[in-house]
Amino acid sequence: MVPLSYYLLLSGILFVCGVLGFLIKRNIITIFMSIELMLNGVNLSFVAFAAHWHALSGQVFVFFVMVVAAAEAAVGLAIIIAVYRTRETLNVDQVNLLKL
Amino acid sequence: MTPNPYLWLIPILPLAGAAINGFFGRRSSKQAISAVALVFCGAAFFMALLVAWGFSSASAPYYYDLTHWIRSGSFQVDFSFYLDQLSLVMLLVVTGVGFLIHIYSVGYMWDDDGYYRFMSYMNLFMFFMLTLVLAKNYLVMFIGWEGVGLSSYLLIGYWFTKDSAAAAGKKAFIVNRIGDCGFLIALFLMIKHFGSLDFTRVFSAVRPLGPETTGAGLLTAIGLLLMVGAAGKSAQIPLYVWLPDAMEGPTPVSALIHAATMVTAGVYMVARSSAIFERAPMAMTVVAIIGTLTALFAATIGIAQTDIKKVLAYSTISQLGYMFMACGVGAFSAGIFHLMTHAFFKGLLFLAAGSVIHGIGGEQDMRKMGGLRVYMPWTFATMGIATLAIAGIPPLAGFWSKDEILWKAFGASWVYWLIGVVTAFITSFYMFRLMYMTFGGEYRGAAAQEAHGHAAHGHAASTHGHGEPHESPWVMLGPLVILAVLSVVGGFVGYGNQFEHFLAPAFQGAAREVAQETSREAPDSTLEHLLMGVSISVAGLGWLLAYLLYSRRPQLPARIAASLGGLYRAVANKYYIDELYAVLFVNPVVDGSTTILWHGVDQGAIDATVNNSASAARHVSDSVRHMQSGNLRSYAGWVAAGGAVVIAYMVWMGVR
Repeated sequence: MVPLSYYLLLSGILFVCGVLGFLIKRNIITIFMSIELMLNGVNLSFVAFAAHWHALSGQVFVFFVMVVAAAEAAVGLAIIIAVYRTRETLNVDQVNLLKL
Repeated sequence: MTPNPYLWLIPILPLAGAAINGFFGRRSSKQAISAVALVFCGAAFFMALLVAWGFSSASAPYYYDLTHWIRSGSFQVDFSFYLDQLSLVMLLVVTGVGFLIHIYSVGYMWDDDGYYRFMSYMNLFMFFMLTLVLAKNYLVMFIGWEGVGLSSYLLIGYWFTKDSAAAAGKKAFIVNRIGDCGFLIALFLMIKHFGSLDFTRVFSAVRPLGPETTGAGLLTAIGLLLMVGAAGKSAQIPLYVWLPDAMEGPTPVSALIHAATMVTAGVYMVARSSAIFERAPMAMTVVAIIGTLTALFAATIGIAQTDIKKVLAYSTISQLGYMFMACGVGAFSAGIFHLMTHAFFKGLLFLAAGSVIHGIGGEQDMRKMGGLRVYMPWTFATMGIATLAIAGIPPLAGFWSKDEILWKAFGASWVYWLIGVVTAFITSFYMFRLMYMTFGGEYRGAAAQEAHGHAAHGHAASTHGHGEPHESPWVMLGPLVILAVLSVVGGFVGYGNQFEHFLAPAFQGAAREVAQETSREAPDSTLEHLLMGVSISVAGLGWLLAYLLYSRRPQLPARIAASLGGLYRAVANKYYIDELYAVLFVNPVVDGSTTILWHGVDQGAIDATVNNSASAARHVSDSVRHMQSGNLRSYAGWVAAGGAVVIAYMVWMGVR
């Protein structure tokens, strides 16, 4: 049986990859994928704990996260398409009107 | 006491008139405005007559409790009205003279743009004055007291576009506040020590107390504070300075408020509080001294004034001084008697002066009048009667009341009497001086100036577009004639001490005094006649002197004035009292307010706090706002950094 710490380490690596991608990348779709990566890193730790403690609530939570992530993907992709149509770019540094 | 539901209607009627004219007058015709003002004021007069009908010296006072007002524990003040012999006299004077002056105002103010406003204020004044007179307790009286002050302010500053009128209104209001402060403290003392402000309750609480002959106590304090209030409202030393300036108001206002009614409120209040004053000899002495000094002081200023209304203003102050002298020596009924006759002849003098001013197009300087008896015979005749009355020529009204006061004053001390007689001489002199300067000799006004080259002064003197002086219309002359009749016969109500006996129930505290007075009077009737002769002869002397100086040798007064030099200048400049007050009180207050309150507190502390906190907020925001760049990745960086900080904190503290 694989020890819990391995799962958590992998989960942490996935989450940090997501954070770094989120901070460094300029393409909106890549940033979007980084967010998914973070979510999945968290999901992994949820199921790992659920298996370790034999508690189902962690698994249930993961389903919730996946549902929300799917909804978010739908909305997010729609926004991305709208942004591309108006700005003709996917570079976030050029989408900088979100200020006073 | 008998309840009488008509009492509250008397003050309310003029209030209704004031409200109707105030709210709807702007769009009404002048005929409608006059009708409303006269009907409501006349109705109050009618109601007053109705109430007075059958009210004799033996009647129990009427009262009417309109509604509750303040109920706090055992302390209670209601909106209640009260009518005894004293308030009855005041009521009839106020409504009667007030109604006549309302009629006169219709003629005098007809061409004024703010006619409805004027009539509304006049009715409002009537409401407050009647409230003052009919009050059953000191607090309702105080409402009227403050209300007449307000109406006085509004009417003095009626021509508010004129700076001097606006300033005069403010001066009257502020000086009155000083007096009212004393009045209020007196009321607080009464609440504290008697637990009530109701006249009957306060006086029955006072009655068992003995006179404060040794040292000053509570009653002396209350008496003196009441006198401070009376001095403010009735223009006595040291608070008289507002009354001469109040002549900036239209002349009917001067007649109604600043001669006949409002300024006598102080005398009424002192007479009403006779039970308190009777037991505070020191306060009485102060009242008498203030009255006597004011009478003499104001009369001397009156000699050198050239503005016809200013002469009458100082004359009013002087006559009010007589009334306080009477109250101060315990002769309250004599003071009220003089109040009544004074309302007749001084109201008449002001209305006649207004008729003169009206007839020659707004000129008030007596040096530009003269010879007007030819142009306005009715005004001349009525004003002549009033002058004879105020000078104390028998058998006119002023003689009886003034002589009564002098006789009672002699009973207290010959000093009061002597100063009173000297004042009577001066009064006679300046009044006949006024008559000779106004009606005697040749006309020195617009026509005379035209002969000299008219450009500079000609149009100023004939603003109505008439060079020739003319008699006033009958709507103005009617009240003059009625008041002239009253000035002639008004004194006879005092014949054989009838007036005193009528008022006696109102001065129950003073009843003892009156009994003594009459017992002393009988053997001294030769002395009384002697003193009467003296006062008649000084009045005659004053007339003679005025005749010699202003009719026989009109060039003489200027030479006398020149030879007196500094003394004359001091009198002509009202003894520089206004300047003295400016140095002592006004300037320190103005300077202190400017440097400390305005620049220091207001600008330095209050404004600075607001402005500095605003600019501090702006500076902080200025530095923080760069964070909101619109760059998505920097936002993400902040989120991540925040998350990192939270995680670091939890790791550092240990997760529990």
